[in-house]
Amino acid sequence: MQKQAIFQSKLLPYALVAPQLAIVLIFFYWPALQAVIQSFLLQDAFGLSTTFVWFENYVELFSDPAYFEAILRTFFFSFAIAVSSLSFALLLAVMADKPLRGVMLYRTLLIWPYAVAPPVVGVLWIFMLHPSLGVLSRYLRGLGIDWNPLLDGDQAAALIILAAAWKQISYNFLFFLAGLQSIPRSVLEAAAIDGARPMRRFWTVTFPLLSPTIFFLLVVNIVYAFFDTFGIIDTMTRGGPGKSTETLVYKVYSDGLLGGNLGSSAAQSVVLMVMVIVLTGIQFRFVERKVTY
Amino acid sequence: MANVTLRNVRKTYPGGFEAIKGVDVDVGDGQFCVLVGPSGCGKSTLLRMVAGLETVTGGEIDIGGRIVNGIEPADRDIAMVFQNYALYPHMSVYNNMAYGLRNRGMAETEIRTRVDEAARILELTSMLERKPRQLSGGQRQRVAMGRAIVRQPKVFLFDEPLSNLDAKLRIAMRVEIRKLQRRLNTTSIYVTHDQLEAMTLADILVVMNGGQVEQVGNPLAIYERPATTFVASFIGAPPMNLMSTRPEEIRSQLAGSAAADAGILGIRPEDFVITDQTPAGGVALPLTVEAIERVGAETFVYGCREQEEQHVAATPGELPPGEIIVRIPGTDAPAIGAKIRVAAVRNKLHLFSGDGRKRLEA
Repeated sequence: MQKQAIFQSKLLPYALVAPQLAIVLIFFYWPALQAVIQSFLLQDAFGLSTTFVWFENYVELFSDPAYFEAILRTFFFSFAIAVSSLSFALLLAVMADKPLRGVMLYRTLLIWPYAVAPPVVGVLWIFMLHPSLGVLSRYLRGLGIDWNPLLDGDQAAALIILAAAWKQISYNFLFFLAGLQSIPRSVLEAAAIDGARPMRRFWTVTFPLLSPTIFFLLVVNIVYAFFDTFGIIDTMTRGGPGKSTETLVYKVYSDGLLGGNLGSSAAQSVVLMVMVIVLTGIQFRFVERKVTY
Repeated sequence: MANVTLRNVRKTYPGGFEAIKGVDVDVGDGQFCVLVGPSGCGKSTLLRMVAGLETVTGGEIDIGGRIVNGIEPADRDIAMVFQNYALYPHMSVYNNMAYGLRNRGMAETEIRTRVDEAARILELTSMLERKPRQLSGGQRQRVAMGRAIVRQPKVFLFDEPLSNLDAKLRIAMRVEIRKLQRRLNTTSIYVTHDQLEAMTLADILVVMNGGQVEQVGNPLAIYERPATTFVASFIGAPPMNLMSTRPEEIRSQLAGSAAADAGILGIRPEDFVITDQTPAGGVALPLTVEAIERVGAETFVYGCREQEEQHVAATPGELPPGEIIVRIPGTDAPAIGAKIRVAAVRNKLHLFSGDGRKRLEA
């Protein structure tokens, strides 16, 4: 078989890649370029005039303590979501890796939540934990907990973390299960003969051998927590109460679209873009090459 | 130091498949027992049952006077060398060997002494800090051996440890394993499908087929007196020539003795002599030479009998019906197409019942 396709016409190959190129250019590069341009502009309050202000938007952004709070909050959210989702998914994967009856059924069921869209996840959890509608809220109050995420910022944050982590468990579970199944059985059997009890076997053999998977998922989960939690936050708390659940991405939206500060919003977008580039760089550099052990 | 005794050991899988159909083997203290058989005969399953990696569904496994049926692998005081070595890929050679000792809470100084000693014996001293992926196949094999010997267990279990090595290294390691086992004098059970490995390593040879033991004994005794046609054709290369006694040609030569009841006659290739005479009580066959293989010290002559009609029960390593292999020393051989006559003396004949399950004494 020929590796290189031969085209009769010189134009045909260009015509074939054109749709894909058009999509990438129109929907990715064009908005990105717009954001960069916008970040150098300042509009007056009524949107009547626009001034080119160089880096003023950035200077203002980085001298705003609220922005640093949002950065810290986002890091905390990412960390909490990644850790809780990864550890719970790993636990489930270890359980599902055991040869048990009906294993295919519950493996399939565990993967389902991945198909649920983020806003739907938000709505689901609101129905369970809304202070006045939620089915679980009654029990929490029955336990003496003053449950009201609409007023209590920490509870709201916990709710977002819970919903976002839950959504990501399926994805992590899938990768962990594949990772576990790629560990040769005989290595674990050798460890069993070598006197390692199940817990020790897990921490000294299984866990280190899963480290490439764990690292890969860590990067993916951080990216997810940074950017894909928008739908969950928007349906559940809209960044509130106060700004206690406003992550960087949500701040771009609320400052720009709700607050009308397009220049600052654009500057924030550019900062986020840089973060994505860095994270993707890390992923390509380390994950693609695989973590060596 | 321990005996290993298997008493009517059985393994039935939940689906009803019977992998091991009642095995009795007694391995004495310090002996080297080899389980040999074709793939799927249950030899690896049996070994894994001794290790505790497979449950025992019937019978008893006794290691050093203790029934270990319900005991965890870790508590059986055994060490196992796996076919794919099963080294811990993320640990250095040193840690691979030290792991089992650390799990048992041994002092770090004692661990170092033992690992250094094992590394010296196995010539791994310069590689202790390397990771398994930086080692060659033979070196990995030695690390796997080292991991077993540092533990100083009662029993070594080997699951086809040499099958991933090239032919030359396999022979070298075979000799190493035997020397090491003699030196440590540890009871060992070794699984292989290679009859040459089995013959050269074993104190006791257990030939298995279809989840059952066909024959147990000293390897040479088995070679000289195989109990069934399966053993006869499995042990020895090239395999024993087996033929039906039905044709008049053979029946007339065997007449007038207990051998008359035999259904199958077996003659090892090296027991044939090319001659025009028929030894008294022996068997002579006319052959047409079809192929010659000269390997230097000896020559294999493949001949075809003229009047073969009956196909002997199918067994591994069996020759096509009517074909006879003759092994002669040196390189002098008849030409292809030549008509020759080969003969074997009476006490070199192996006689079996018609179904091949029973050896008959002439």
